[in-house]
Order: sequence, then structure tokens, then C-alpha cells
Amino acid sequence: MNNNVMRSDLGKVQGLGSAKHGVGHWKIQRITAIGMVPLVLWFIPSLLITILSGYSESIGWIKNPFNATGLILLIGTLFFHASLGLQVVIEDYVHSEGFKIISITFIKLLSILLGVLSILCVLKICL
Amino acid sequence: MNRPRPLSPHLQIYKPQITSVLSILHRMTGVSLSIGSLIIVAWIVSLSLGVESYSYFMSITDHWFSHLALFGFSFALYYHLSNGIRHLFWDAGFGFELKHVYMSGSIVVASAFIMTILTWYFVYFF
Repeated sequence: MNNNVMRSDLGKVQGLGSAKHGVGHWKIQRITAIGMVPLVLWFIPSLLITILSGYSESIGWIKNPFNATGLILLIGTLFFHASLGLQVVIEDYVHSEGFKIISITFIKLLSILLGVLSILCVLKICL
Repeated sequence: MNRPRPLSPHLQIYKPQITSVLSILHRMTGVSLSIGSLIIVAWIVSLSLGVESYSYFMSITDHWFSHLALFGFSFALYYHLSNGIRHLFWDAGFGFELKHVYMSGSIVVASAFIMTILTWYFVYFF
């Protein structure tokens, strides 16, 4: 018997290994974080310049395909990253199992809703 | 046998330290930014609905209270951005020495303040 392997006796008898995706959440949270760094550094100055110059300038800014691409990537990454982060916060502080599952599901559905809505509005402006 | 079991010291017993304060600030700013992302959604949606709804959106953001909220939003964003990069360095295995943890913490707070001030200087004076 190899005592260095951290597996239960029952798991060994049943031939069960790890599910191989235990680090999935952690990894995607970091990947989206890395993605957010350039997106935010690009978006905030552009947003400030556009928003201060008025409606038609903002529309024109979104109509540029490079800006629209950046904006859609930002929206997707933002809501992905936010839902992963809020999930961890809920898992840490909500101790009722039922309410935990309901609130995490709600956060994920709401993130998808807001992401789709924003992306659709970007497409409506630039198409 | 109803002897109370020993409890770990409660959080409010601990003296706040730069390490623990910055750590919980990362979470708090993350949650605030998630809520604040609704402002970006509102901006895009109002733009796509036309000039009237955009003017309505801008008239709300012109209120002094909105400026205060946006000021908080910008600080939360720059803090979460800087401290997030600090976290990514830790994830890559760098900066665990206590003096480096203190140093990077100070850099994070300083850069968050500097970027916030630069942003609002730009908004008001350009």
C-alpha cells in the first residue's frame, strides 16, 4: 500500500481517481483576471474620452470594429470573472445549503442576462 | 458533558493589519465592482436606445451623488486591478517574503490613489 497517495480506501477499491477538473474554477478565475488587465487599461481611458465628448462621438467610437470587439470581450470577461468571484464569496459566507445554491444560480443567470443584453446593444449600435 | 469547546479568536479581537485589511478590501471592492458593472450596462443600453435615453442617463450621472458613487467605483476598480496583479504574482510564486508583502501592499494602495486622482483630474480639468 502506498501511503503517499491521498486517496480513501473506498476510492481505491472502486478504482476512483480524481475528477481531473478540481482546479477548473481557480484556473478560469485567473485567466479571466489576466484578460481583464489589458481590457480595463484600454477601456477606462477610452470610455472617459468618449463619454466626455458626447452622444454621437460615443456612437462613432462603438461603430469602430476594433472598439466593438474590445467592448464585447470586456463585457464577456467582466461578467465571467464577476460571477466566479461572487460565487466564492457566497460559498464562504452563506452557510445554508439551499440558499447558497439558489443565490449562486441566480448570480450566474443574471450575469448571462446582463452580458447578452450588453453585447446585443453593442451589436445593434455597430451593425 | 456540555463543556464549551475552545473557539478560535473572533475576527474583531485581532488588531487590523495591512495584510488582512488589504485582503478583505479585495473582496469588498470585487463585490462593489460587480454591482457597479450595472453602470456600464446602463451606459451601453442607453446609447443603443437613442439620444433621448442617453441624455437621460447622462443627466443622472451629472448629479453630485453620482459623481461620489463614480469616484468610489473608480477607486474600487483601480484598487482591485492593482491588488489583482499582486495576487497574480503570488499565484506565480513570487513575493511571499513578509517585507515584500508589506512593500507590494503599499505600492497597491499608492497606485490606486494615484490612478483615481489622475482620472478625476482628467474629468474635471480637460
